[in-house]
Amino acid sequence: MLKKLVTDGIDWIDARIPMTDTWNKHLAQYPTPVNFNFWYFFGSLAMLVLVNQILTGIWLTMHYNPSAEGAFNSIEYIMRDVPYGWLLRYMHSTGASAFFVVIYLHMFRGLIYGSYQKPRELIWIFGMLIFLVLMAEAFMGYLLPWGQMSFWGAQVIISLFGAIPVIGDDLTLWIRGDYVISGATLNRFFALHVVALPLALVALVFLHIVALHEVGSNNPDGIEIKQKKGSASEEAKGKFTFHQQYSGKKDIIDAVPFHPYFTVKDIMGVSAFLICFAAVIFFIPEGGGFFLEPPNFEAANSLKTPAHIAPVWYYTPYYAILRAIPDKLIGVVFFGGSIAILFLLPWLDRCKVKSIRYRSWMHKLNITQFIICFIVLGVLGALPATPLYTIIAQVASVGYFGFFIALFIYSKNEKTKPLPTRLTH
Amino acid sequence: MKKLLIALVALVPSLVFAAGAAVHLDKANYDLTDKASLQNGAKLFMNYCSACHSTAHQRYQRVATDLGIPDDLMRENLIFTDSKIGELMHNSMDKKDAAKWFGNAPLDLTLEARLRGPDWIYTYLRSFYKDPERPFGVNNTVFKDVAMPHVLEELQGIPTATFETITDEHGNEHKVVVALHSSETGEMSSDEYDRAVLDLVNFLVYSGEPNKLERQSLGFWVIGFLIILFILSYLLKKEYWRDIH
Repeated sequence: MLKKLVTDGIDWIDARIPMTDTWNKHLAQYPTPVNFNFWYFFGSLAMLVLVNQILTGIWLTMHYNPSAEGAFNSIEYIMRDVPYGWLLRYMHSTGASAFFVVIYLHMFRGLIYGSYQKPRELIWIFGMLIFLVLMAEAFMGYLLPWGQMSFWGAQVIISLFGAIPVIGDDLTLWIRGDYVISGATLNRFFALHVVALPLALVALVFLHIVALHEVGSNNPDGIEIKQKKGSASEEAKGKFTFHQQYSGKKDIIDAVPFHPYFTVKDIMGVSAFLICFAAVIFFIPEGGGFFLEPPNFEAANSLKTPAHIAPVWYYTPYYAILRAIPDKLIGVVFFGGSIAILFLLPWLDRCKVKSIRYRSWMHKLNITQFIICFIVLGVLGALPATPLYTIIAQVASVGYFGFFIALFIYSKNEKTKPLPTRLTH
Repeated sequence: MKKLLIALVALVPSLVFAAGAAVHLDKANYDLTDKASLQNGAKLFMNYCSACHSTAHQRYQRVATDLGIPDDLMRENLIFTDSKIGELMHNSMDKKDAAKWFGNAPLDLTLEARLRGPDWIYTYLRSFYKDPERPFGVNNTVFKDVAMPHVLEELQGIPTATFETITDEHGNEHKVVVALHSSETGEMSSDEYDRAVLDLVNFLVYSGEPNKLERQSLGFWVIGFLIILFILSYLLKKEYWRDIH
């Protein structure tokens, strides 16, 4: 009786909107490579953190006061007088850093397994746009507590736009909405942080996944699981039924349906991630001064400059590149270039082999030096600049950009290892 | 009583050169579970600090509840303004007047322990010394030329400093404090004073984040739950994947 009611209900909906078909197409009959490893957890974790940020953000908005007079006090009001307000606030502030942790690891995965290569260029581009919007989102969110570091960090970053010739000064004025960072700046950053950028973020995540499901996931071997129709053996195709969308035109090998195989695997990943996330929230919410910086426990004061202004940790690699260059305008160009060049990665890498597993020692070395330079820049960007540190930052900047130049050169005729015909697992 | 209160030799080079350089700080071994210490800290704060410094993000009622102080005792002994117990802990000093008197208006101290750290406050309050050249007759080795008088003088007395002239790498001569000596005019012995300052620091750490103990105890439950969830999700995953491998 009940069962009939449920099936009738589903039929009623399916006749009006393709619910079951969408479920099958994107979950229950979506072919996922069977050999996903540890690095493949971070996409679903990024989604989890996005949801965390949106939900905690909505509740914080209920008590936050976006004005220069009230912002700082309202944060402390949330921390003390709102029941579990401290928990929402720490979930949100820790979530911001966690977002960048999982996104950086997600991007690293794409980098080592060549997930940006043809035919997945658009997935990479959408991903980079998400990264860009996320940086803007985090930057604007950081102004909202209206602490000293909020204020002076924003001051430093907005003043960078002033280095652009001709329009620089007008541009900074337009961004701030005032001659100095003020309540007007705070209000517009609030509007962008809670409405405009989250909408853009959600839309881009949707496009990222639509593009992914159109071409299918890459995997640690970097070989395609979709082969010419009629070419694969029954054993290779396995026992699973995949949606017509995928199996109609191609033979699919070594794949399992996303649901339930990767839903249960991702739940395991989520549980492990939440243990780390909760450990920070409940025991070290300041993250050693990197997630919540001590100067930010003092309200913004335009007459008092903090001794050392450092951006939050997730911007420090690019900030170190900026500071490594003595000329402000050229510094800003390279600062922008350090992110812009990532967009070009699918075309800078001209190798036909995707995964690091089957690529040359030169590529492995290049990726290693790139990661080392990125981390060194990240550490230096958080420290005050000294002559020695500046030289190290310059060397690391050369390594950062050198990665892309070297990749473009050697990838054309790279000596790669033979690819397997089936996924290894 | 020990003649030598604080040996400051270690901080000599860093204190004088480069602005913002680190000063040696003594470790403040505060204990947020020690209610007596917190209550004493609250008493000291309200009696010696609150005339100038507010803790305006915090409410009297919250302090009374968290520290186990009955409401009527709180009202009678620790609320010096005409505030009701549910109100925020403002003080009655006018900010404009204060700026005129001290050069800077005294800061709100609710978040001081999170801003500067407990060790800084602990060391700072034990580092005043006699300096007739300053408006209030005192200076501080942690916060040079501080605008604040030595408010706890009646408890500690005013230590005198021993100076030494040193020459830096640029050949400039600096007069630096190498040691502080007790004036032995305070009500408390050196150890008693350290203990009192520690109680005050404890209260300020509490004020900075009144939920800290609740946060940590809740954390154990949450992580305990998540560990069980992880084990179950691992077993579930293993069960599903058994027919794949």
